[in-house]
Amino acid sequence: MIETAKTFPHILLYNAQKYGHDKVAIREKDYGIWQSYSWQDYLDQAKDFALGLASLGFKRGDKMAIIGDNRPQLYWGMAAAQCMGGVPVPLYQDAIEKELHYILDHSEARFALAEDQEQSDKLLGLRKEIPRLEYIFYDDPKGMRNYTEPFLLAYDHVQELGRKFGEENPEFFMDEINKGQPDDLAIICYTSGTTGNPKGVMLLYRAIIDAAQGFIDWDGVTENEEVMAYLPMAWIGDHVFSYGEAMVAGFTPNCPEDTSTVVHDMREIGPTYIFCPPRIWENMLTQVMIKMEDAAWVKRKMFHFFLDVANRVEKLRMAHESIPIGLRFLYQLGRSLVYAPLLDNLGMKKVRAAYTAGEAIGPEIFEFFRSLGMNLKQLYGMTESAALISLQKDGDIDSETVGTPAPGVDIKITEMGEVTYKSPGNFVGYYKNPEATEETLEDGYVLSGDAGYMTEKGHLKIIDRAKDVSRLTDGTLFAPKYIENKLKFSPYIKEAVAHGKDMDYVSAFIDIDYGAVGNWAERRHIPYTSYTDLARKPEVYDLIYDGVIRVNKSLSQDEKLRGAQVKRFLLLHKELDPDDGEITRTRKVRRAFVAEKYGALIDALYTEAKDSIDVDATFTYEDGRTTTMKASLGIRNAETF
Amino acid sequence: MNQETEPLLRVEEISITFGGLKALNGVSLEVYPGEVMAIIGPNGAGKTTMLNVINGVYTPDEGRIFFEGRERPLKMKPHHVAAMGISRTFQNLALFRGMTTLGNILVGRSQKMHSNFFSQGIYWGLSEKEEVEHREAVEWIIDFLEIENIRKQPAGMLPYGLQKRVELGRALAAEPKLLLLDEPMAGMNLEEKEDIARFVLDANEELNYTIALIEHDMGVVMDICDRIVVLDFGNKIAEGTPEEIKKNPKVIQAYLGTAGG
Repeated sequence: MIETAKTFPHILLYNAQKYGHDKVAIREKDYGIWQSYSWQDYLDQAKDFALGLASLGFKRGDKMAIIGDNRPQLYWGMAAAQCMGGVPVPLYQDAIEKELHYILDHSEARFALAEDQEQSDKLLGLRKEIPRLEYIFYDDPKGMRNYTEPFLLAYDHVQELGRKFGEENPEFFMDEINKGQPDDLAIICYTSGTTGNPKGVMLLYRAIIDAAQGFIDWDGVTENEEVMAYLPMAWIGDHVFSYGEAMVAGFTPNCPEDTSTVVHDMREIGPTYIFCPPRIWENMLTQVMIKMEDAAWVKRKMFHFFLDVANRVEKLRMAHESIPIGLRFLYQLGRSLVYAPLLDNLGMKKVRAAYTAGEAIGPEIFEFFRSLGMNLKQLYGMTESAALISLQKDGDIDSETVGTPAPGVDIKITEMGEVTYKSPGNFVGYYKNPEATEETLEDGYVLSGDAGYMTEKGHLKIIDRAKDVSRLTDGTLFAPKYIENKLKFSPYIKEAVAHGKDMDYVSAFIDIDYGAVGNWAERRHIPYTSYTDLARKPEVYDLIYDGVIRVNKSLSQDEKLRGAQVKRFLLLHKELDPDDGEITRTRKVRRAFVAEKYGALIDALYTEAKDSIDVDATFTYEDGRTTTMKASLGIRNAETF
Repeated sequence: MNQETEPLLRVEEISITFGGLKALNGVSLEVYPGEVMAIIGPNGAGKTTMLNVINGVYTPDEGRIFFEGRERPLKMKPHHVAAMGISRTFQNLALFRGMTTLGNILVGRSQKMHSNFFSQGIYWGLSEKEEVEHREAVEWIIDFLEIENIRKQPAGMLPYGLQKRVELGRALAAEPKLLLLDEPMAGMNLEEKEDIARFVLDANEELNYTIALIEHDMGVVMDICDRIVVLDFGNKIAEGTPEEIKKNPKVIQAYLGTAGG
């Protein structure tokens, strides 16, 4: 640990002194080339911007909203605000004005840093209603030529102001940094929240630095790691990883050129340490499966054969059993023929440690990547703990758990089965929301809101959100998320919503994966016109039926959840969409909302005589026009075991 | 637009006949520096013929053509016209289908390359410097048109809307003084049209390109153009701002077949 590590600005000074221009601090792909910036550049850039802020009246404790894709300028802006004793408030870049309004207003931000015209437009619209927002800065000048607002300044212009200010006040920058203390507020991260308004999680420098150090020690992370900075900057995972850990360990985050080029850019960088939510792993698996279906016969056969070998090996490895010599030989052969080329294709060949976090991952998805030889591990963290709660150790992996408590973390399970924890990364409260703070923090322990238990091996197993876990009428434990994740392992299922609270059996809504099922249908010459049309095809129902049966078989292995197999299901006529409020931006299902909106469908699932139901579907076109269509959704019974 | 300024391009009394059919009948028009000018008209009005005359594909029977105040010979090879600073896109795509997006746009720079075949072959001295310079310019255009994700894909495999965008990129790469666009939005859906309209406006306002375009979609034309020339059966029937054109009875007649309304 760095002795002077009081705050991130202190660490930045230390890194700039230690590495100077010799080591790359951050990279960005721009104009087709990876542009590198050294630690000295990082400091200089942050310094100029910080002083520019000061010249515009930025005071200690001021908040600066930051919105945009991952860009070095935005990370520098974050550091700059912290240098001046301010607090960055990162926002989700795909949020619409209405969603931003609350946070911008609630955080009392006087300054905002936007990536480009798109984000600036949103802020300009909001500034009319929130006069407290004084200045808006933008990095990318493209399309901004006709903007004449005096409070709208280019990033470079602010830096210019800063250089001038620095010449007049040469001591100012260092003085401000030295005022910073570990117990100062480092950042406010707003959680998207499935219900109610977002809550501003206040994290101190001490919390983020200790959490970052915790991760670094756990995996022996060095200054030579390469990571991809591609997840939303407003997500605690990216903040701790691409900012916190990168500063403390001194490694290099890489910003992709565009969200559409991430996969390609990842291949060019070859990250050694990676952090993805389950959704990304799912997408990757789906892509692999689709591509293999299109591959030549020989390749396809080889892929499936060696995948089976890998699966068997991984099962034995996880159970700590010895692997027969023949199987071991086949696995080595598979590595050179299938596994290594596949990982290389995904840009994951150099990965030493990979994490999945943010939500539960389907065990099958998890085992798929592990069986290929990737060191994928699960991590359980929350914004309230600066992401540090529990994680899996090398060699102590269990696909159904999230590992053992991280060093310094104490986990307690309440009588109600809720997980509570005390972590070095714990937050100090919700910004301007003492009621919520009181509800969540008890004697230094955070109530996670997740239901789980400690297994015999000392691993933490999370089943579901505490408030979502309920029982069927016969008393069987019903954990909807657990079942949904199992369903979603099928590459053809994009989203699922399970029902069963106080019901006789479990039923489910299923959203097909338009890309994967569409591809499947085309190869079988099944014509379709739209998502709705495709989801009504009997052939597609048969396809999904197989997936449901597989889930039921797997559930039947579980002592506690055996009775919660899926008896009936239907395929929804539309994709669940954050714009319609059905899922959150981080793709978590809003159960109450879905249950209300689709009440009639749920009733039909529990009316055994019915095998179809009519719905009025309202569609919104991209230009804002809406149209209503009648659709008939089929309901299928599934075999249970 | 200030009509007092010297036009960038002036064509005077152009006539051209194809086997007895008068495709253009003494049409005159001007393009002023910094404007977006549209040529509109029903099918067969002579719009594309006009573009072909301007960039040298056709040699008119009569008339005069002035570019930057100097008269150019009526008969001129298209690549010589391009060298003067006039580049264009085509109604039906004319991309190198097997070449990547990057390659296709780089082709647009060929007029600007000076090193010869042999020095390019050994990639030394001037060639290296040029290569870097041109690649930079191309990357700038890729960024401008937001096509980073298809940089390395063969143009022939791209969806139609993106191919049109690549073609626009190639025309921009030549850094022309006058950019001619032949139906840049033909066959596109609403969203793609809006994208292209935005790029055309950005090219005009941000990069200061002078643009003359042919377009069928009246809605888009009215939104993005400074001035409009209307052709019908080879004759110019109207000229003016979008507002004036909307009210012009001759135009309404040409489009709707009846006067009034």
